Amino acid sequence: MRHSLSAIWMVARREFIDQFRDWRIVVPMLILVSVFPFIADDTTRIAINFMNRYGGELILDHLIPFVVLVIGFFPLSFTLVVALESFVGEKERGTIEPLLSSPLEDNHMYLGKLLVGITTPLVFSYASIGIYLILVSRRDVAFPNAYILALIFLLTFAHAVLMVSSAIVISVQATTIRSANLLASFVVVPVAFLLQGETFLIFWGNEDVLWYAILAVTLLSALLVRLGISHFRREYLLGREIDTLNFKQIGRTFRDRFVGQAKSVFEWYRTELPLTLKQLRRPLMVILGLAMIAGIASYVWVVLEAPVYLHLTPERISELRTSVSDNPSNLERLGEELPAAPVIFYRNIRVTVLSLLLGLLSFGTLGLTVFMANIVLVGGLLGGAQLVGYSPWLVFAAGILPHGIFELPAIFIATAAMLKVGAQLVTPQSEKSLGEMLLLSLADWLRIFVGIVLPLLAIAALIEFYVTPVLIKLAFPYL
Amino acid sequence: MIETNDLSKQFNNNFWAVDGVTLNVQPGQILALLGQNGAGKTTTVRMLTALLRPSRGCARVAGYDVVKNQKDVRSNVGVLTEQHGLYMRMTGDEYLEFFGKVYGLAPQARKVRRDYLMQYFGMADVAPRRCGEYSKGMKQKLALARALLHDPPVLLLDEPTSAMDPESSRLVRDEIARLRSSQRTIIICTHNLAEAEALADSIAIIYRGRVLLHGTLDELKRIVLGPVEYEAKFARDFDAGNLDLPPGVTLAARSANSLRFRIEAPQAVNPVLVHALTSRSAPLVSFQEVPRKLEQVYLKTMAEAQGVAYAT
Repeated sequence: MRHSLSAIWMVARREFIDQFRDWRIVVPMLILVSVFPFIADDTTRIAINFMNRYGGELILDHLIPFVVLVIGFFPLSFTLVVALESFVGEKERGTIEPLLSSPLEDNHMYLGKLLVGITTPLVFSYASIGIYLILVSRRDVAFPNAYILALIFLLTFAHAVLMVSSAIVISVQATTIRSANLLASFVVVPVAFLLQGETFLIFWGNEDVLWYAILAVTLLSALLVRLGISHFRREYLLGREIDTLNFKQIGRTFRDRFVGQAKSVFEWYRTELPLTLKQLRRPLMVILGLAMIAGIASYVWVVLEAPVYLHLTPERISELRTSVSDNPSNLERLGEELPAAPVIFYRNIRVTVLSLLLGLLSFGTLGLTVFMANIVLVGGLLGGAQLVGYSPWLVFAAGILPHGIFELPAIFIATAAMLKVGAQLVTPQSEKSLGEMLLLSLADWLRIFVGIVLPLLAIAALIEFYVTPVLIKLAFPYL
Repeated sequence: MIETNDLSKQFNNNFWAVDGVTLNVQPGQILALLGQNGAGKTTTVRMLTALLRPSRGCARVAGYDVVKNQKDVRSNVGVLTEQHGLYMRMTGDEYLEFFGKVYGLAPQARKVRRDYLMQYFGMADVAPRRCGEYSKGMKQKLALARALLHDPPVLLLDEPTSAMDPESSRLVRDEIARLRSSQRTIIICTHNLAEAEALADSIAIIYRGRVLLHGTLDELKRIVLGPVEYEAKFARDFDAGNLDLPPGVTLAARSANSLRFRIEAPQAVNPVLVHALTSRSAPLVSFQEVPRKLEQVYLKTMAEAQGVAYAT
């Protein structure tokens, strides 16, 4: 442990020296820190005067936390410069090879560089915030409490880790600073959106919600750090010397993985698909576990907590039940209002693909969120049925199970396949690059999607349209 | 010691950068790797430094497997890379101090080695200056000092004297020779054939990832250029007539006052041949081997590999 820390510090120290001798980094940072807080302070003064004259208490109350968040973010934009310089810059200047030829471990190099990428901009960021807070403390305005300041400091730290870890992932893929800079916009734009979302949370006024933002950003950063470490490999850093897209090779690799050794569709179903399915065992277990927890939690919450939260008195619940019973036209129209089978099929496909895309952006976490939301919805629906006095088992058996027999396994398997794509990206692979891993994972996902999910969803859509409404009518004839 | 067996590296685009390289370099030996740009020399060196994983075959460096004992391999190898790879904002002293720490040298050992190498390469006075201010040759010398810093048993040197002035080149060559005599195992990748000829105990010529030839300089000359040639020069015109040549000797060329012989086994045959000439009262002035350079060997090998005529 001590040896590792010392090796990380050794790498970091050299980078610090290099950075602080580079006027292109130091001078803009100093200007930003020494000038921007004063501009922000003056803007705060103007805003306060304006709002004192014309009103806007809500904005006034949250103005300083908002400015603190923004002022802390500006120096953080340097994380990209520092991280790109530190990784792809070294690659481009050829200084990385002697370092890679040394006995230093990959992790030590990665973490040393990560430390530098985070520390310098973060110190400037906190300095900037500090200067601004000193300036603003002289003004006649409510000073933010220590709790929200601590949250914003934490959030700023999480932003720094997120940006540096993303920049490192980009750096490892790029071979020149130019290409890395172009790719860096993929970091700046989402982080700018993130900042807007956090601003909304600040103005919304519920400070505790900021914890969710901190948690989400930290989780994503952790995954990006893991991704960075798993793909920070000597071979990959040196093996790539030009950025070229070889569509022919990409197509061939993808096709070979998708088709496998199979000579016919039958053989593919018999030999290839089971192989991929077998690899989904572990993600499927995770999915099943999470689904059970989410479904039961949501059911229990609706039954026990919803009446309190929504102020549902026994009288109100009785009214609800009566309104459902007294409205048989709802049931009459069930069959007519339900979209046609192809539309159901299309929508389910859309959700599955969306889940994959979200999963790709977040290494599986956002895709998992979509899945959990669906399960929570089902649990909530059954809880709601219980609440108004119907048997949740009957609702499940008549309303969900008939098409669910096909749809739920399809969704479960698709989600497991999506999760595997995300997990594979952040898992170290000695022989494969990030691009290759992505390509192979997507081919595996498509195997599952085409071979299992699509047929199951097609059958489920037909049952949902033609059978489920009939069964609901049979199960609830008194409605 | 360096041992490779069928060492091969294939890159993503199914291109074999190195294909079946088998080498053996013992302690106290220098192997020169010769070849065009892109022949696979750097890839070979990178595999020997455990930077690239072989796609096929195996290699042991300083007794360690390049796949299984990567850290040990790197600790025991000094590498001079194709690009010098200096940090331009660091001083020479700081640079060597940093790499001394990277290689785990104790503070005292770092200072001793750093001072010795800076002194040896005549850079003691510029040690406190930043690397960005150094000339090309000075940068190369500092990079070489980095490779030698931890006194490794194995050295992999890519163009060790490139960009150096003649004095510095001489210094570096002397240092390499000294390292050989202290039982270091050394591989040099170079385009400088005179340097390879002067330093190398064995030479390997690589073309498109494959070793075309490997052996001592004499062996390569014999294989590529044929048996050794000796020239007899006479004080005046001499008519050799139907000179009775000993077995294993053929007449390669003749002029009025010289004869050139191709000789299979010079040590056994030369005394007989000289005797035959003098017994015919040949006015012999000199009898010596016709010098043949590595350059001829290299160019002829390359020409044959490319299927083009070799112009002497």
